[in-house]
Amino acid sequence: MTTQPDPDPPPDDLADAPAPMTPPVADPFAGYDPDPYFCELAPDRGGDGGAIARLRAAISAIGLDALRARAASAENDLINLGITFTVYSEATAIDRILPFDCIPRVLTASEWARIEAGVKQRVAALNAFLHDIYHARKITTDGVVPADLVFTNPNYRPEMEDFPVRFGTYVHICGVDIVRDQHGEFRVLEDNARTPSGVSYVVENRHVMLRSFPDLIAGLRLRPVDDYGQRLREAMTEIAPEGVDDPQIVLLSPGIYNSAYFEHVFLAREMGVPLVEGADLAVEKDRVWMRTTGALRPVHTIYRRIGDDFLDPTVFRPDSMLGVPGLIGAWRKGNVTLANAVGTGVADDKAIYAYMPRIIRYYLDQDPILPIVETHICREKQGLQYTLDRLDQLVVKPVGESGGYGITIGPRASRMELESARALLLNDPSNWISQPVIGLSVAPTLTEQGLRPRHLDLRPYAVTGRSTWVLPGGLSRVALKEGSLVVNSSQGGGSKDTWVLAEG
Amino acid sequence: MSQDLPLLARYAESLFWMARYLERVENLARLIDVTQIFESPGREAAAWYALIRINADEDEFAKRAHAADPDTVKRFYLLERDNPSSIPASIDAARMNARTLRPLISTEMWMQLNMFHRDVAAITEDELQGDKLSRLCGMIKLGVQKHTGITEGTFFRDQGWCFYELGRLIERADQTTRLLDIRFHSLVPHGTEERRVEEMTLWAGVLRGAAGYHAFRRVAPPGFTPQDVVRFLLTDASFPRSVLLCVGQMEWLLGLLRSRYGLRGTVAALERIEEVRAAILSRPVERVIAEGLHEFLDGVQRDLILLAGEIGTAFFRDWRPLATEQQPAVAPVMTQTGMTQAGMTQAGMTQNGMTQEMRAQRPG
Repeated sequence: MTTQPDPDPPPDDLADAPAPMTPPVADPFAGYDPDPYFCELAPDRGGDGGAIARLRAAISAIGLDALRARAASAENDLINLGITFTVYSEATAIDRILPFDCIPRVLTASEWARIEAGVKQRVAALNAFLHDIYHARKITTDGVVPADLVFTNPNYRPEMEDFPVRFGTYVHICGVDIVRDQHGEFRVLEDNARTPSGVSYVVENRHVMLRSFPDLIAGLRLRPVDDYGQRLREAMTEIAPEGVDDPQIVLLSPGIYNSAYFEHVFLAREMGVPLVEGADLAVEKDRVWMRTTGALRPVHTIYRRIGDDFLDPTVFRPDSMLGVPGLIGAWRKGNVTLANAVGTGVADDKAIYAYMPRIIRYYLDQDPILPIVETHICREKQGLQYTLDRLDQLVVKPVGESGGYGITIGPRASRMELESARALLLNDPSNWISQPVIGLSVAPTLTEQGLRPRHLDLRPYAVTGRSTWVLPGGLSRVALKEGSLVVNSSQGGGSKDTWVLAEG
Repeated sequence: MSQDLPLLARYAESLFWMARYLERVENLARLIDVTQIFESPGREAAAWYALIRINADEDEFAKRAHAADPDTVKRFYLLERDNPSSIPASIDAARMNARTLRPLISTEMWMQLNMFHRDVAAITEDELQGDKLSRLCGMIKLGVQKHTGITEGTFFRDQGWCFYELGRLIERADQTTRLLDIRFHSLVPHGTEERRVEEMTLWAGVLRGAAGYHAFRRVAPPGFTPQDVVRFLLTDASFPRSVLLCVGQMEWLLGLLRSRYGLRGTVAALERIEEVRAAILSRPVERVIAEGLHEFLDGVQRDLILLAGEIGTAFFRDWRPLATEQQPAVAPVMTQTGMTQAGMTQAGMTQNGMTQEMRAQRPG
């Protein structure tokens, strides 16, 4: 007899045991309930040829655990690749990735056709409006838009008056923020006609999906997003000063400390042009040159990612170290083209936004393809009164701010927040607009609890030289916090890959 | 076609310095690894302090009121990010340059450097101890070698590559002179047999530190002397880390910049290279050693500093308005160790002075 346990017990006692059950793969969609919002991944939306249902099945087949593991490694790729933006707090600057959600957002071919047409229409109207206000001023003379709203706007640039731009294009790159309401209707939330950012994530998100989730894409025909840089370069070539066939294009960035530096790098690379900082450029004899290892080289088109104020210290802010002294002079002589043109900020101002449907009708004689969100202009007496009476029901936004700052969402605000919003409103009514709360559409988003509905928007990008081209899809920004409506990257938003299904 | 691609002066400078900082990191890791071999009982502190001395970091070290014990020296070079000559500080600087260069360098170069940066930032006190130190040095060496390999295989070979290589080679030449300097004070040609064997073991360590031991064995006479080692590291025509080979390659690169890329302004640098070569070849190594190897190596290091200054003046300086308009003296700050990048101080200023403006440039 031995007291030692048998080191190698025969498996007899297991032989009759029932076969171990394979634990079922946890369905990521378990507990997902988008109600009462419009779901961007509802299987019964139609017009998708069954693609959404197949996508949902493919997601379910992966299972929640594997989905999480693959999402984590996808985010790790982004960190290693340094696809980051910089968040500035009081004293520090931290590189962060834009949180990436691996569940794609899908647009059908017909949905996209409508958005594309609507964006093109808007860009045409914005350019026509800018041309008019810097030349004949018909729209204000006709009283369609109040003159003071335009000409006292801080973004109105007298330097632009009577200055011709090629093809009448002021807004070469435009990002149009679009939301979807409870009924699935697309509505424009705002235009970004100055230096809209985010397009790099559209392309990078697709790369991440192709790398990490090829099984979700397999079998689907998606509109590609890879040619953005090529299209942008073509437009920048078209708008170069007349007579320059092979222009030197550069991208002007504030430099490595700018929060969007990664995007500047991305765009310069995709276009195959140098990324320059102000100090790399010099103006001599009203021409712009870049400082190279050899001689100074002429520059013809500048895609600038620097605000108007900082472009030229001799014309705008004298303390700017980012710009190029003499740049505006060279531009006014027609020796260099700036994209976007100076002074576009007056057109994407939130106060002008309310007039956009009328602006579209005025110049194009068309109904807006994409409606806007009902907007009350607090500079107008009735708009202010309407807003004050329903502060707790409305979203109150400052005019001319970006990044989601200064917004009060009435139904979510505390009494103190409402009172402080009221005080701000009364103090300077013309700085504010209000809109009803829109039940933004949601999409399934990976959270600690599994897939849960999160609100999102869409920013398509339009590139305009001689004509306008819209990148299929755009940036889908998602508010990662439960119930949050703020999708901005600076306030905890993330992004999703946006899939536009090809026709047929 | 690539001959016509212009290169921003700022990019050229960043390439030069990115390469330099990384080469410096690899060589510092080699020096630290070699120093371990010299740690004979009772002389540990002297061996480690020699590292401070050959890097001319006495002031920086003293400023911190550091005691000259082995652990403090190791921390000084491997952990102290605010010591500008430490490995983490050099990786920071290299990454900062790489960030500037992202439009130009390959994604793979950027990604590896990014990950390497993270690994170096995560070095702990514990890894400096005992046998772990050698493994840590190995990890650091390998990190730079990966960078070098990825660069070789992915980086576009236009004039930017010439500036990258120039930075790498000038730093490598400088570092080889420092490695040689590590034992200058113990050159005792006639000692006891026991002393001689000990001496040769140490020189073999220097060769291993330079990854040159096996190559040396192939070309050196059987019973080699310290003079043979010095001659090999200074003048060998085939050893990748010999000073003459590095200098010869720089000469070729400067010629390429002139002939293929049409850059003028290489004259001063080419003349300086002639001087370095003449200084090394004009006297037999035996005489150099007899007259003072340390002083000789100091002279070579000074020439290399001047060479870097001449390359900077010819090709880099122009991009900074400060440099052209107000103070041409933004010429790189010289220190005994070689130098630090003028642009980096500039960038530091930029960071503090311009942050407000940067913030105002919030994307829409």
